[in-house]
Amino acid sequence: MLRKESNINRRTFVKGVALSSLFATLPLGAKEPKPTIDKSHDLHGTAFSLVIGKTAVNLTGTPAIATTVNGQISGPTLHFREGDTVTIKVYNDLEVDSSIHWHGLILPPAMDGVPGISFEGIKPKETFTYTITLRQSGTFWYHSHSGFQEQSGVYGAIVIHPKEKEPFEFDRDYVVSLSDWSDEKPESIYRKLKMMPDYYNFKQRTVGDFFSEVKENGLVNAFNSRKMWNKMAMSDRDLSDVTGYTYTYLMNGNNPATQFKALFRAGEKIRLRFINSSAMTFFDVRIPNLKMTIVAADGNNVEPVTVDEFRIGVAETYDVIVEPQNNEAYAIFAQSLDRSGYALGSLTTNAQNLASAPTMDALPILSHADMGMNMGGMKMDNGKMDDGKMDIKSDKKMAKNMPMKKKIPITPLPEARGVQTTMRAMDPQYRLSDPGVGLRDNGRKVLTYADLKSLDGVVDTTYPDREIILRLTGNMERYMWSINGIKYADAKPLQFHYGERLRITYINDTMMNHPMHLHGMWSDLETGENQLVRKHTVIVQPGSKISMQVTVDAKGEWAYHCHLLYHMGGMFRKVIVS
Amino acid sequence: MKKLLNITLITLALSSFTYASMGDDPLFAKLTIDELEYQDNDEKNTAWDTNLWIGYDLNKLYFYSEGEKPKDGTTQSENQLVYNRAIAPYWDIQFGVGYDKTENDSQTWGVVALQGLAPYFFETRGALLIGDSGNIGLRLEAEYEALLTQKLILTPSISTDLYSKDNVSMGLGKGLSNITAGARLRYEIRREFAPYVGVEWSKNFGNTADISPLDEGYAVAGVRVWF
Repeated sequence: MLRKESNINRRTFVKGVALSSLFATLPLGAKEPKPTIDKSHDLHGTAFSLVIGKTAVNLTGTPAIATTVNGQISGPTLHFREGDTVTIKVYNDLEVDSSIHWHGLILPPAMDGVPGISFEGIKPKETFTYTITLRQSGTFWYHSHSGFQEQSGVYGAIVIHPKEKEPFEFDRDYVVSLSDWSDEKPESIYRKLKMMPDYYNFKQRTVGDFFSEVKENGLVNAFNSRKMWNKMAMSDRDLSDVTGYTYTYLMNGNNPATQFKALFRAGEKIRLRFINSSAMTFFDVRIPNLKMTIVAADGNNVEPVTVDEFRIGVAETYDVIVEPQNNEAYAIFAQSLDRSGYALGSLTTNAQNLASAPTMDALPILSHADMGMNMGGMKMDNGKMDDGKMDIKSDKKMAKNMPMKKKIPITPLPEARGVQTTMRAMDPQYRLSDPGVGLRDNGRKVLTYADLKSLDGVVDTTYPDREIILRLTGNMERYMWSINGIKYADAKPLQFHYGERLRITYINDTMMNHPMHLHGMWSDLETGENQLVRKHTVIVQPGSKISMQVTVDAKGEWAYHCHLLYHMGGMFRKVIVS
Repeated sequence: MKKLLNITLITLALSSFTYASMGDDPLFAKLTIDELEYQDNDEKNTAWDTNLWIGYDLNKLYFYSEGEKPKDGTTQSENQLVYNRAIAPYWDIQFGVGYDKTENDSQTWGVVALQGLAPYFFETRGALLIGDSGNIGLRLEAEYEALLTQKLILTPSISTDLYSKDNVSMGLGKGLSNITAGARLRYEIRREFAPYVGVEWSKNFGNTADISPLDEGYAVAGVRVWF
């Protein structure tokens, strides 16, 4: 293995994105003085010191104030070694409470960093010391779990170097952290969504679209194809709550003009550790003219699969290996799911030679399948309309083929129907081999969950003891989000039994993808017959269902929620393992 | 009516106590000046249609005001203060008080209203008014937003009033009283700020037409603002 061990993760910071620390206020009532900020982009060792503070940034051409870790966006990459016990001192230099959550790390509940569940949070001008023994390796990330601080910059990468040699080779190693930045305050974004949930959607259906359809299919067909949506007062263009109207999409803190640059020499194998550290944005990632071999998902090694493109949900990570053969600049292109913008970087042999972005794909249109309607029924409904001609793969065989030797008892959970829910998926399907809205039949080989399989021995294959069903529910008209029609504030905690193997089936009763994240324990996602992949965040596609299994091996109280920042307040549960 | 207002305020206070700590449902307020316009009619009216709400996802307090000020005349307005409760995914029920003011007189109403988004994206509101004189009124309105482009939006609207009794000093007659239909074309410079032009037609019927004849079409120009 030709791996260059140190300094391989150099990030070229661009002068236009210079960051400087503001508000060097004196610590008031601090238990420990504010530490000196280490400005390195990569931190190694077993003792770390992080400072969460306010920093003046200019990411869009307009100055703004970010909340940052060690004055950087993204925050410094923390390099841990599997087996080490690390201490991380986090000093809060903000005027409000803060926290750091170590996303995907298996650790004691008190170290998980969720205010109100794991601990009290870090008060202003105080330090919290996290002590974590690393029992895993791979690509993970950290972020604030307080307020909307993640949106305004409190996130960074974690690379846990393995004890044993990895089952793939690479010469260079880069973190590629994708995020969404807004000069608007996150509180203002949330308020606007509550005032007008489609505030940021400037790709809505127009009168002209309807007339084009009339022209193409005749008035009756055009009208009928709209009927379902109109009757339910729902939009087939409702892809992302927050869009490029306010977001600038970043790659390792660089906007598409300044570009993140990953250097290579022709013939080298390059490992790219993609992390979606966005608050709200799903990205469709590709490197035109290069195949990508997926070798790990959410930090866990998978059977390698070679693709042209993959969708990365908020909080997911994918490690890919690329082998560029030419001395040219390749675009690392991550377009937002709603096609309102993109993050861009260059994989290049020369930092002066940058790639240009390919054209963004056409606007995806949601289908009846994304509404949880049955495919067959839909085809009768509108033969050649928008989604009728799409080959949406629902895994009809899936339910039968799942290795269900015997019936798994279902524990019923409280459920409410009412103001909280505008839609119910009538016939939700397993859609593991569906790449999702906007990626279907695009002529490229797109990763789907059905392609993911953990390497042997990674996951627990114990047969589930019981099952719970979580319906992901929402009211887009009022911008309210919930689980089983009950929002967090009104919900009792979920009880998991220590030692059990629990199957969790999600049904998505909304028109949006929700990245569901269970803290403290792995989510072993069912991706086919006798096929599991170990993840920490699971995308539940609109109108679909999907199942995962959890070995309940971590006593304590844990957070469990949708990782879209502005959904989290309602689409959240506390889990008690006892 | 004071009692109702008190109940409303207590409910709001309690709901803030329950939800505020959890973060997904903070106290918000929104002022919408849906119409603030000059009407090119005989009266040369300056007219407005506004609402202000304060509250939470499920419980809000709404204040509605609409009216007109003729160039050489006195202001007429219809105002309502209601407690608003979300009862279905797209529907709210409202209870409260109404206060109408005309040149010669004023009238207080008890109000029960239903507002929401009907299928096919029609924004609707229907208010049942119960007057102290035993007069019962019904005011219905609906509008639709047609996106010509992402920022150029045509809003046809229609409203109608019906009453169970004549009230000469308020200019209201028994039966179908008035129909007003309009279409306004706005350009959203920002979501919150949109100048518009439009046309409107307003006609009084039956006894109302006898008390105060009206049948005119006219152009309007104004701004729509919310924050």
